Amino acid sequence: MSGESTYDPGTGFTQWLDTRLPILRLAHDSFVDYPTPKNLNYWWTFGGILTFCLVTQIITGIILAMHYTPHVDFAFNSVEHIMRNVNYGWLIRYIHANGASMFFIAVYIHMFRGLYYGSYKAPREVLWILGVVIYLLMMAAAFMGYVLPWGQMSLWGATVITNLFGAIPLIGENIAIWLWGGYSVDNPTLNRFFSLHYLIPFLIFGVVILHIWALHVPGNNNPTGISVKSEQDTVPFHPYYTVKDGFALSLFLILFSYFIFFAPNVLGHADNYIQANPLVTPAHIVPEWYLLPFYAILRAVPDKLGGVALMFGAIFVLFLLPWLDTSKVRSARYRPLFRQFYVLFILDCLLLGYLGAQPAEGIYIVLARIGTIYYFAHFLVVLPVLGLVEKPKAIPESISEPVLAAKPAE
Amino acid sequence: MAEQDKPTAEQPNRRDFLYLATGAFAAVGVANVVWPLVHQMNPDASVKALASIEVDLSSVETGQSITVTWRGKPVFIRRRTQAEITEARAVAVTDLPDPQGDGERVQKDEWLVMVGICTHLGCVPLGQSGDFNGWFCPCHGSHYDTSGRIRKGPAPKNLEVPAYEFVNDTRIKIG
Repeated sequence: MSGESTYDPGTGFTQWLDTRLPILRLAHDSFVDYPTPKNLNYWWTFGGILTFCLVTQIITGIILAMHYTPHVDFAFNSVEHIMRNVNYGWLIRYIHANGASMFFIAVYIHMFRGLYYGSYKAPREVLWILGVVIYLLMMAAAFMGYVLPWGQMSLWGATVITNLFGAIPLIGENIAIWLWGGYSVDNPTLNRFFSLHYLIPFLIFGVVILHIWALHVPGNNNPTGISVKSEQDTVPFHPYYTVKDGFALSLFLILFSYFIFFAPNVLGHADNYIQANPLVTPAHIVPEWYLLPFYAILRAVPDKLGGVALMFGAIFVLFLLPWLDTSKVRSARYRPLFRQFYVLFILDCLLLGYLGAQPAEGIYIVLARIGTIYYFAHFLVVLPVLGLVEKPKAIPESISEPVLAAKPAE
Repeated sequence: MAEQDKPTAEQPNRRDFLYLATGAFAAVGVANVVWPLVHQMNPDASVKALASIEVDLSSVETGQSITVTWRGKPVFIRRRTQAEITEARAVAVTDLPDPQGDGERVQKDEWLVMVGICTHLGCVPLGQSGDFNGWFCPCHGSHYDTSGRIRKGPAPKNLEVPAYEFVNDTRIKIG
């Protein structure tokens, strides 16, 4: 944390506590008088929104676990029991199910914000890497959570994903059997997925604390990408950003509520309201929307091991990003070429997401291959080369300069 | 410390030995504790107990298939038509992605027994469909022929033939 602590323990009790466990001082310095760049825009509010999403998922999840039965004979019916019999069970389950999607919407915006403003660059590499770890944990939690209702998509999604590990040479099959606790996805699998699904959010919570710690050492990046030079460049976190984050969260909750109350099943798949049947595979298996780009990459490769390797590679490459981008300029505001490639990259991700939902045949496979090649080319070719050939625009002296310049002269 | 007690690469002293011995002992101990925690996830005794089943085939006519459950997985048992057998035998084995003659995959020409799990990512293929009149996996588009061999698509291997034996002419034991 930068600067001296401004915490003033007012009462006798807080003075007593402060000399024993300075937790209120930590909270004050981190979330009240924390110096924050004064030019953060609304793309910076998603950190707070994500914290809200995590807490919401934990609270609703703990409640759902009170009424859910993790057994292949009862799981499907216990979910219907929650929907029909438990007081407000429908509300809590719809918050939890749609909350997962909201969580991913927020995390994708948060990540693309980081990509645009170069928030992964020195000295924030560890902050970025911890973020990717959280993202990985989120995907694991979401995948296992989707298995729990034990519908057709639950069973067959779990079958496809656990079989990915079977692609590992030599030991793959044994790993798959170990994950299943049997010879296919069955009761032992469901039971352990429930256990792990309950565990992972708390792991995420732990990594989030590290993520915030790693954020508060160098401090926030900002839309100019210029480091904070003086106190003139900052404002205290409270009330300036507590209010801004709160307002953004309110807008986000309107979207969230729309899904919960008016379209609670729009983001799910109808087949998951059919009880799991190990003898019948649905005609068309699709994962949840937030995993579709990776699913498209998996299916783009005609080789099983190759497809699995590229799919995991697509996430792993994010860990290397801070070193793949050779440009010293953080913000895309001053990188005219990067901005264009950034837009191309977003379109590529959207294309892959669309293709992941289509059947694996004909033109869709061809497009998925092009999309996959471009995805990797963005990280492995475009970003390293761009830093060497691009001529950035003139960068202002300080955060304050462009803010003041934008104002009409008085 | 006396000169001869100082450890060198050639002459480690007793403390070096103790460090290594303690470390090795601790490592073996940790491995012993970790193994039960890992192994508990492998198939348990009740899962293994359901390892073999017997199936009555007397009601299956030529050109019909039945699906039975074995170890939680579907097993396809098909009484093949003469045309299917001829088709399966007509292919040059060397042209196949996973070369295997039809004769190696059946015990009696008529009866094809195999695990109905796509070798790609574990879906259940649909019978009598696809480009080779065998099985077609709707998940990622793998085509199998009338012998259950992979012919086209992402699956790396032929459909698995489980260990089975004919108890008598109309009864088989799988597993």
